[in-house]
Amino acid sequence: MNMIVPQTTLATPNGTTRPQVRIVIVGHVDHGKSTLVGRLLHETGSLPDGKLEMLKAVSARRGMPFEWSFLLDALQTERDQGITIDTTQIRFRTQSRDVVLIDAPGHAEFLRNMITGASQADGAVLIIDALEGVRDQTRRHGYLLHLLGVKQVAIVVNKMDRVDFSATRFNEISDEISAHLIELGVTPTAVIPISARDGDGVAERTPNISWYSGPTVVEALDALTPARALDELTLRLPVQAIYKFDDRRIVAGRIESGSLTTGDEIVIMPAGKIAKIKSVESWPSTPVSGPQGAGRSVGITLDRELFIERGDVIAHVDTAPRDTRRLRARIFWLHDAPLKEGASILLRLGTREARATVVAIEKAVDPGELEGVATKAIARNHVGEIDISLAQPLAADTYNDNPRTGRLVIEVNGRIAGGGLVLSVLAGQRAVPVDIVPVESALRPDERSARYHHGGAVVWLTGLPGSGKSTLAKALERRLFDNGGSPILLDGDTLRAGLNNDLGFSAKDRTENIRRLAEVATHLARNGHIAIVAAVSPSLHDRAAARGIADTLFREIYVATPAEICEERDPKGHYAKARAGTLQGFTGIINDYQPPTSVELTIDTSQLAINEATDATERMLSQTGIIFDEIVDLAANI
Amino acid sequence: MHILNNDQAVHGLRDSARIVAPVTQQIPGRTPGKPPSMDHLDELEAQSIYILREAFARLKKLALLWSLGKDSNVMIWLARKAFFGRVPFPALHVDTGKKFPEMYAFRDQYAKEWGLDLKVDYCPPIETIDPTLPPAARSAARKTEGLKLALSKYGFDGLIAGIRRDEEATRAKERVFSPRGTEGGWDVRDQPPEFWDQFNASPPPGAHLRIHPILHWTEADIWAYTQRENIPIIPLYLAKDGKRYRSLGDADITNPVSSHARTIEEILIELESTKEPERAGRALDHETEDAFERLRVAGYL
Repeated sequence: MNMIVPQTTLATPNGTTRPQVRIVIVGHVDHGKSTLVGRLLHETGSLPDGKLEMLKAVSARRGMPFEWSFLLDALQTERDQGITIDTTQIRFRTQSRDVVLIDAPGHAEFLRNMITGASQADGAVLIIDALEGVRDQTRRHGYLLHLLGVKQVAIVVNKMDRVDFSATRFNEISDEISAHLIELGVTPTAVIPISARDGDGVAERTPNISWYSGPTVVEALDALTPARALDELTLRLPVQAIYKFDDRRIVAGRIESGSLTTGDEIVIMPAGKIAKIKSVESWPSTPVSGPQGAGRSVGITLDRELFIERGDVIAHVDTAPRDTRRLRARIFWLHDAPLKEGASILLRLGTREARATVVAIEKAVDPGELEGVATKAIARNHVGEIDISLAQPLAADTYNDNPRTGRLVIEVNGRIAGGGLVLSVLAGQRAVPVDIVPVESALRPDERSARYHHGGAVVWLTGLPGSGKSTLAKALERRLFDNGGSPILLDGDTLRAGLNNDLGFSAKDRTENIRRLAEVATHLARNGHIAIVAAVSPSLHDRAAARGIADTLFREIYVATPAEICEERDPKGHYAKARAGTLQGFTGIINDYQPPTSVELTIDTSQLAINEATDATERMLSQTGIIFDEIVDLAANI
Repeated sequence: MHILNNDQAVHGLRDSARIVAPVTQQIPGRTPGKPPSMDHLDELEAQSIYILREAFARLKKLALLWSLGKDSNVMIWLARKAFFGRVPFPALHVDTGKKFPEMYAFRDQYAKEWGLDLKVDYCPPIETIDPTLPPAARSAARKTEGLKLALSKYGFDGLIAGIRRDEEATRAKERVFSPRGTEGGWDVRDQPPEFWDQFNASPPPGAHLRIHPILHWTEADIWAYTQRENIPIIPLYLAKDGKRYRSLGDADITNPVSSHARTIEEILIELESTKEPERAGRALDHETEDAFERLRVAGYL
């Protein structure tokens, strides 16, 4: 066996000082990825004892010639079908470095697994069958490597034995794929003719490819460089959580780029609040002195008590990211159902989770086909550019400015369904930074929830006038209070008498009315109370905005009593006045009420007695984690 | 390019002045100096801490599976780093009752010393497990049952487990956040995509997530880190009379390997040259070709 790795380089007692590169192997199905990996492991002496014999036995048992790919296709289904289903990782060493090989499946239906593997790579090997040449999936993989930010790509033309090691065929393929990649902005680091099964070009230049003078696969891997540190970019620290395990209030997160140290003046985006870093905390010894760079998972304390939450981004004052409600992104889509204009999506950018709407879709194409057909929806495994409108502002960079904070994923039903790069950011109106210093409560949320046996929430009751919102709201308030809780009723009309007495009933004023209600309710909820909002709130859009403000604290109840019963009840006499034409802008008769499509609970008070409706509400609050059945572990709720 | 003076930097900027300054310039409000570069262990540690914090932020009821072995000890250490000295969720030991005495002694000592909220739950008797399974697989299936019982008893929606990709070929296919069915099963054919450290953390009702914070570590990484951080270990890992345990399971189905490594340093040197797989001493891996895969699909770690 040809041992590439000299024994002398192996004896490093801590074994961890050598540079490590992560290489993904991609390409069309059956072009020989797993075989190449098996061969590489064998040639570099990286196979454990007995593995070769085991593979021979497994192949023999199936009545097949020796199959290298069985090494990685460990799963029974994979062996039975002869395909790689999911990405896997395996390590070996070259002369100068440790290589983590990520084997990614080639089947179109497993593209999500290829992306999962490739997103972790510093470099890639794109494999092409010499006989079949460049295929759709080859181009698709090339495109996705570019989109994932993998810049170093070595091309391997495999199965050269099938084309009699023809230099002409090799040059043909080399020209075609190089042209494709260069168009995408990726220059191949090498194009190598090989036969993975027999070992030509893998670790050695054999007589079969004597006409080839470039590097072998092993040499090409040796030439790839580990990913660059992101220290030189500006500081970005997405907040993962705030911990209050003791008297410290630690902001925890990973520095995605740049560096920070005690005394730095920072801005918390998107709100634009400013503070100074008081200390960098650690364990077992704390505090830490000196700068901390990109890649570190840190904890910092600040000189001011500001409201900070998961999803905020900490930056230096002069180099903050934009706060925005509008993004343009290039997306690749992995979900079965196409992404369409108008779709409501959940977006994750850094540690921020945000609801958003797809405002426009452009240039939706299949990156595998040469001639793309533009459509207004992005089908599975296709790519497109989309405009996104966000329910709440977030901090973002463009991918060009910062590859870490300029990329996002989209979730459908709790599962990642696509991802992409931020192309542009429409900056918000807020002057940044602002030197307002909100004062925080002296109490921690867990202190309150321990007393009330519930967390904070905004319970939003929507429905036609007379549907029974206020009645249910008051019954719920009484029930929660009697159980030791802290409910507060915010009735739409009551607030219009004071806080909102400057607002009328135009669409714009109604929107502002709802926004203020949501802000007040959210403030109460963040401080551990259950704010019960009873407001007609006819507009879907306004309610979505309210949900955006309260975010995970929001629970919407649609009081869906039929319109004729509401009018029959007419508790405030409004229907009668509206019918008589003496009440303008009344929802139910003049304006349209837009019923919700998805809410936490729907109640029809013509079918349910008030105590039953209250029971159902209480059940929902319990099932969605607001009301605790038992006293919870305080730490778990910090 | 527009460089800000100190006054502007402190008191805020107009939108028009929001220009990113060149990084080579010294900017007020930012401390000079190059951050120390991270070595391989620093990178592994930072990534694991990130994963642990994501799990804690996104799941309601977490537990960390503590098997008392070298990997889960490193994991607890990382959790203490992530949460500044305190592990804010229970450490769950699903006990077969057949561990080595040294392992029980270790558990009782360090649960206390590390301030862990230790929960010990027991596996159902072997008689209740499918008798057609080969002996070691049957024993492992018993552990899966024990785990399922504990899951339903406490209602955990997230289980942090110390498996590593390099241990075993099906573990190499794992996600960092791995969704499990309501029966604890692993649908390897339909794993959600996971990229750029964005994890799928919304298990359907009744199901749970396995979280794997040290999936990307190797056996050598574990030992190098244990040595660097001075993390206590069970002495069975060190050679005595020419034998030591590389992997610790139940006493009746785990065998020692030939070794003269009596310190962690010597273990690291031994790992540089050995080609014997880590789980060579685990009987369960050798019974049938796909024994391990079948167990894992059914919910085994």
